[in-house]
Amino acid sequence: MDFQTRKNMKEKMAFGALRLFSFSIIAILFFILGYIVINGISVVSFDFLTKMPEDGMTKGGILPAIIGTLCLMVVSLAIAFPIGVFSGIYLNEYIKDGWFKRFINLMTNNLSGIPSIVFGLFGMQFFVNQLGWGDSIIAGSFTLAILVLPVIIRTTEESLKAVSNTFREAASGLGASKWQTTYSVVLPIGMPNILTGLILSMSRVSGETAPILFTVAAYFLPQLPHSIFDQVMALPYHLYVVATSGNNITESRPIAFGTALVLIFIVLVLNLLANWLRKVLGSKVKMN
Amino acid sequence: MILNKVEAQDLHLWYGDFYALKGINFSIKKNTVAALIGPSGCGKSTFLRVFNRMNDLIDNVSIKGQALIDGKNIYGKELRVDELRKRVGMVFQKPNPFPKSIFENVAFGLRVNGIKHKTYIEERVEKSLQQAALWNEVKDKLNKSAFELSGGQQQRLCIARALAIEPQILLMDEPASALDPISTAKIEDLIYELKQEYTILIVTHNMQQASRVSDTTAFFYLGELIEHDNTKKIFTAPDKMQTQNYVTGRFG
Repeated sequence: MDFQTRKNMKEKMAFGALRLFSFSIIAILFFILGYIVINGISVVSFDFLTKMPEDGMTKGGILPAIIGTLCLMVVSLAIAFPIGVFSGIYLNEYIKDGWFKRFINLMTNNLSGIPSIVFGLFGMQFFVNQLGWGDSIIAGSFTLAILVLPVIIRTTEESLKAVSNTFREAASGLGASKWQTTYSVVLPIGMPNILTGLILSMSRVSGETAPILFTVAAYFLPQLPHSIFDQVMALPYHLYVVATSGNNITESRPIAFGTALVLIFIVLVLNLLANWLRKVLGSKVKMN
Repeated sequence: MILNKVEAQDLHLWYGDFYALKGINFSIKKNTVAALIGPSGCGKSTFLRVFNRMNDLIDNVSIKGQALIDGKNIYGKELRVDELRKRVGMVFQKPNPFPKSIFENVAFGLRVNGIKHKTYIEERVEKSLQQAALWNEVKDKLNKSAFELSGGQQQRLCIARALAIEPQILLMDEPASALDPISTAKIEDLIYELKQEYTILIVTHNMQQASRVSDTTAFFYLGELIEHDNTKKIFTAPDKMQTQNYVTGRFG
């Protein structure tokens, strides 16, 4: 075999192997998704989405868990988004490179490395007990907010970093202050990416179980919340409950899969929305 | 004696350890165009940015010596940077309109400087777009996004944006290098017109452009100002050999 043939053969083998591994990832993903759809689709119906759980959670719907998860997503992001975006702006636009910035970045990284159950424990002791909020949407949302804060700070910082310096120079060259420059030129250009980060953190929040375990999630609460100081059921925790500790696990197994399906659907819709937003808003502010 | 409009006296500038400008002495009169030429990295853009203190935005810059406008040191303590930048407009290498409408791009400089009077802003926007020879092309779509304009139109919009706050001096950093020949010709005609009212410093890599648009030309090399004289003299009979070699294309 001459050199050229061997070279071509190696190229084919490398290409084939890389393709095989990439395809196997897609295959695994589709297998899991398919498995959940097949096992869960039979229970998903209009009633399942709009009714309270019944008969020891072996029948009925999961409405309170859906509403609970949506409440947690909205409230926690309402808390985390302003704090995260303002911190990101501060880090990227205002402070110079140096030990202080490195220190904040280090702390942010550490924060994102903490296991989520630790946040749950902290939330229970601080928000639920010390501040006396009890098990409530507000206590759970604050706990979740702390969890996603590093993600939002980082996305904001990265989005602003990607904004070309020439815009900052043009604005300040016209006499704009730093805040005028940031607010009316830099932020609008970075916004599509920041919003994408926001939506991705929403999908992260929707799936977290540990932080809500001791701070808000109810085992069984067949009613909708009236205020942010009420307890709610939540999809991931409900999934855990019906899968492990219901009255009749075999009978509630399809409900578990149905719940998983709804949860995945919510995450999927959010991710698609993030993609779409980035495309639509991104094209509006793109350079020629 | 006519006062120099723009002047540098023994000006030194460092980016951290990098010695970028080495004792520059330079001056131009009111309503003239000075071209700054020289190979990449010679300090000509850095020098340009001294005069609206754009280098302030970069960390670790230190400056020694004096930069003066109308005989006043612009690095003096009593001078506010945003006041300075109202008097010194800048146009950049690549067109960089803001993600706003055509109208709001031009009005931006007025708004950030606290001007709220609606009819005054409208007048200034129209006047500036006319000065930038763009008014006829955009007068029916002032509320459209600036990104819908062509590259050449965007650059003229950026010039209008700089003119709106009525500066006395215009700094242009290779304003035509990203444009096609027709747009470039338009920008050059524009510079010739603007000279009647403004004092202009223009950085360019294009020798023909420098000889076409400028009254005086300054040749920079390795952070030093080698020679600054009438454009005609620089391009036909410069005093220094280095200048001669550069303008004839033997190096750089």
